[in-house]
Amino acid sequence: MKILVCISQVPDTTTKIAFSDNNTKFNTSGITMIINPYDEWYALVRALELKESGAATAVHLVTVGKADAEPVIRKALALGGDEAIRIDAESSDPYVVAAEIAGYAKNENYDLVLCGKESIDYNNGVMGAMLAELLDMDYIGFATKLDIANGTATISREIEGGEEVNAASLPLVVSCQKGMAEARIPNMRGIMAARTKPLKVVPATNVAALSEIVSYDLPPAKTGVKMFDAENMDALVQALHNEAKVI
Amino acid sequence: MSVLVLAEHTQGNFKKKTFEAVQYASAIAQQIGTDTTAVVLGSVDNNILAQLGGYGAQKVLHIADARLDNLNARAYAKALAAAAEKENAKVIVASHDVTGKAVAPRLSARLKAGMIAGAISHPDLSKGFIVRKAVFAGKAFADVNVTSDMKVVTLMPNTFPVQKSEGTATVEALDVAFEEKDFGVQVKEVNKVTGAVPLAEAELVVSGGRGLKGPENWHVLESLADVFGAALACSRPVADSHWRPHHEHVGQTGGTIRPNLYVAVGISGAIQHLAGVNGSKTIVVINKDPEAPFFKAADYGVVGDALEILPKFTAAVKKYKESQH
Ligand SMILES: Cc1cc2nc3c(=O)[nH]c(=O)nc-3n(C[C@H](O)[C@H](O)[C@H](O)COP(=O)(O)OP(=O)(O)OC[C@H]3O[C@@H](n4cnc5c(N)ncnc54)[C@H](O)[C@@H]3O)c2cc1C
Ligand SMILES: Nc1ncnc2c1ncn2[C@@H]1O[C@H](COP(=O)(O)O)[C@@H](O)[C@H]1O
Repeated sequence: MKILVCISQVPDTTTKIAFSDNNTKFNTSGITMIINPYDEWYALVRALELKESGAATAVHLVTVGKADAEPVIRKALALGGDEAIRIDAESSDPYVVAAEIAGYAKNENYDLVLCGKESIDYNNGVMGAMLAELLDMDYIGFATKLDIANGTATISREIEGGEEVNAASLPLVVSCQKGMAEARIPNMRGIMAARTKPLKVVPATNVAALSEIVSYDLPPAKTGVKMFDAENMDALVQALHNEAKVI
Repeated sequence: MSVLVLAEHTQGNFKKKTFEAVQYASAIAQQIGTDTTAVVLGSVDNNILAQLGGYGAQKVLHIADARLDNLNARAYAKALAAAAEKENAKVIVASHDVTGKAVAPRLSARLKAGMIAGAISHPDLSKGFIVRKAVFAGKAFADVNVTSDMKVVTLMPNTFPVQKSEGTATVEALDVAFEEKDFGVQVKEVNKVTGAVPLAEAELVVSGGRGLKGPENWHVLESLADVFGAALACSRPVADSHWRPHHEHVGQTGGTIRPNLYVAVGISGAIQHLAGVNGSKTIVVINKDPEAPFFKAADYGVVGDALEILPKFTAAVKKYKESQH
């Protein structure tokens, strides 16, 4: 069984977000990029566990991005995985990302494609389902558990107001969240090994984007917190009713 | 031409977020001068279907196949694509929730319709089809232009107030020729959290952190949630220490919520926690440390020991509620 794990790079969560060029570009100067946490902690680690247990034979990593995405995909390789693929395209439109990955994956016979539930930069949470459609595969989103036996996957996933256990046959696209696996820390051996693992650069097929970000903006700063005395909770309740109008 | 909206139901009944999505679709239909068609998948009674007229749908297309009672991304996308073709839809709307996030992107890829995931504004049609959404875990907003002819939009629930109107809708059945492979994913077991308000849909949320010291103190928080009719949430260390179930954990690695009111008790306000809750309309913070970072993100604050403040807060809410009767 061959697994493909989709890895995106995102700014570190503690980053202060700023924009340039008249608020049309995200300002990346001085920003540390990390592996999208859902891709790293859940999708990648679960894929590695499946390989370690003998259920999978190969784990490949793919990222869609320009050369600046390479340090992050190398970091992912340090956790494990046999090879990485970078598809040399801009990644701002989720359809472009899905179509580029689909274009590459359709000839590679992956049995399982894992991605994160959402990238923490653009917060779309849609790439996996788009990819499943383009590859004509089934899709299970928000998975919290995944096991494979005899070509069948057993998956727990979040649904509206609860959880569901599903069975599905391969090939399959799964988006992963908390519960799937426990985060790992790369060790020295992994980091050394990652340096010599293959990182293939695949040219973009130049899929046309279907959307574009025209501008960004920061939320207005909170006007300041209004403090209440612990002995006067009636005043707080009145404020919630009269001012905030939430009760 | 029309605007299509996926009207989700829970065991045959619509929830507020569905009415909100229908109303949103209908607002777009008015902007572009066309009608709204709601699509309902699975078993729902006719009189329930007709409710959607009160939120702006002129027509309800009902695909009653009982195999659609459970979420199945492939079959749902096929059903919606069939409805979109029949109605010559230009815009397709769904809620930005677990169902919407599985179905809308499939549809987007299938129809080559550009997508806005998690819209928080009506489209601006003056320079294209520009819709606002939150990015960087709520730390910023982006205005996104959909450049394709067809568009798919998922609406962030709890963005617009819902208002019932006098409108009525005609209900029409639609048959879709499914194949066996459309139902390749099989449901083995369903565990719904019953009774309590599901956290993702709750308008009021009361949340606890490590400052509550241990699970034995949670009843104080539960009492406050009860009088509010609020759902419970918690910070990550609380779920990691098994004081509370994991589905209550909010933040970067947990759920993202946008309630009208978020009451944070004994939570420091780490950036990873804020990422899941900073879309809340009003935030109340109760913390014994006046320097707790959460106060910077709060609208209202109380400094002091949670275990002393909460019973007083609960009593005040109770008193207020009783005065309303
Ligand atoms: C990559 C990453 C992802 C993360 N994801 C999440 C996430 O999704 N969600 C999340 O919540 N965290 C997340 N965290 C952890 C986060 O950084 C914080 O450590 C966590 O939110 C702290 O939880 P807390 O506020 O409950 O506890 P603490 O930081 O220990 O804060 C407890 C607070 O309670 C107050 N307090 C103590 N006693 C009392 C009392 N008697 N009455 C009133 N107040 C009292 C204290 O003043 C303090 O402010 C993540 C961290 C990382 C690195
Ligand atoms: N540029 C990218 N390259 C590879 N995978 C990506 C990329 N962007 C998103 N993904 C994957 O798709 C998931 C959902 O992303 P999104 O729909 O952008 O929120 C992420 O968790 C990743 O696994």
